[in-house]
Amino acid sequence: MSWPIIQQSLPMFAKGFELTLWLSFIGILGSIIVGIVVSMVRLFKIPVLHQLASIYVEVSRNTPLLIQLFFLYYAFPVIGIKLGAELSGIIGLIFLGGSYMAEGFSGGFNGVPKSQVESGKAIGLSRFQLARFVIFPQGFSKSVPALAANIIFLIKETSIFTVIAIPELTNTALDLIGMYYRSNEYLFVLVVAYAIILIPLSVILTYLEKRVRYGTFGN
Amino acid sequence: MAEEILKVENMHKYYGKKHVLHDINFSVSEGEVVTLLGPSGSGKSTLIRTLNGLEDYQEGAIFFQGTKINPDEKHWQQLRQKIGMVFQSYDLFPNLKVIDNILLGPTKVQGRNKEEVESEAHQLLAQVGLEEFANAYPRQLSGGQKQRVAIVRALALHPEFMLFDEVTASLDPEMVRGVLEIIENLAKNDNMTMIVVTHEMNFAQQIADRVLFLEDGNILEQTPADQFFTDPQTDRAKEFLDSMDF
Repeated sequence: MSWPIIQQSLPMFAKGFELTLWLSFIGILGSIIVGIVVSMVRLFKIPVLHQLASIYVEVSRNTPLLIQLFFLYYAFPVIGIKLGAELSGIIGLIFLGGSYMAEGFSGGFNGVPKSQVESGKAIGLSRFQLARFVIFPQGFSKSVPALAANIIFLIKETSIFTVIAIPELTNTALDLIGMYYRSNEYLFVLVVAYAIILIPLSVILTYLEKRVRYGTFGN
Repeated sequence: MAEEILKVENMHKYYGKKHVLHDINFSVSEGEVVTLLGPSGSGKSTLIRTLNGLEDYQEGAIFFQGTKINPDEKHWQQLRQKIGMVFQSYDLFPNLKVIDNILLGPTKVQGRNKEEVESEAHQLLAQVGLEEFANAYPRQLSGGQKQRVAIVRALALHPEFMLFDEVTASLDPEMVRGVLEIIENLAKNDNMTMIVVTHEMNFAQQIADRVLFLEDGNILEQTPADQFFTDPQTDRAKEFLDSMDF
């Protein structure tokens, strides 16, 4: 291990760090939005869209992100859609994350006891009122653990962006290793960089999980 | 003769091939208290749930205030404001305070004025001895208190007809009395029309005008309450009452 080599590489890693954060942020935000929309389509069993949503979830969850990125980056240009590396990465991440988030939210909604739904119906709530006042507040707090797991998962998945040459953290490390043949130092920095993002986030999310856990209303 | 408020005609219900309600026929007049009695699995809960659209039925019809109920979700949603229901498991919404549990139906479903409903809700809570719990969350209440709130929540919609489905079955014995008194008051003082499913025979005897005795999804007898408890018409009901040890 040589500290000067590490020091010299830090400005490049800083750029990769920033890009990883940015891509993760956009990807997670997009995934949550897609996840909410898809889980609502499923909750309300909206015809046609409901079936499409199921197909989307199955395709997205059962194909590797690597292959999804190859499709977006290498295959789409063949049919005339040129997205560029970063856009391909973001779309790929949202495509993958959307289904994971949807499953998480659906799990939360389905976890609201049937008797809660019935007592809501018994006071005359419509389907939408039932969703608004009973299923969402209870279901969202039930889905926070899944949400937290997915956020961590998606950040780690951004490392796969390296295959389409997005200069995020992993790509930066692999580039430097290729150029200077010093794998120990660069891999060390890479691990530390991911840990700096993920460990505090994981702590915050665990705290959040505890705060909103179902059943703690009124504490 | 009081006006007929509910009538069930030739109702059959199946779960797949299983025939769970057989040719149910009965009616309830305004102000009348009908209790459904019978052994476990006799179909009491299933029957009372069909009357609020929580269970469907395959044949027959239900009439409410003389109009045949069109058994679709939209129509039921309208009717549920007039037909209140309280469940065994109370099912207050844990994400809402007691007062908001009560206000939800009247303000969001019926679109009534919030202040007006709120003062009424406080009155109702006071009547059941829970005025100071308006701003508590359900989890801070005992089972008996939750059930009393659940009754208030149903009453806040000004129903014309109430369904009580084994509302004391999951309560501690000492909580039962308070809940039953509320229902009794409702029957005697407010003259509320109601159908009550219960295993509390003493209570049933005190409150009921008429008893429907069910077994295996059949109504074996419909008897005025004072007669049912002293001289039931069927041997099966006699056996049932003997076994209840009361």
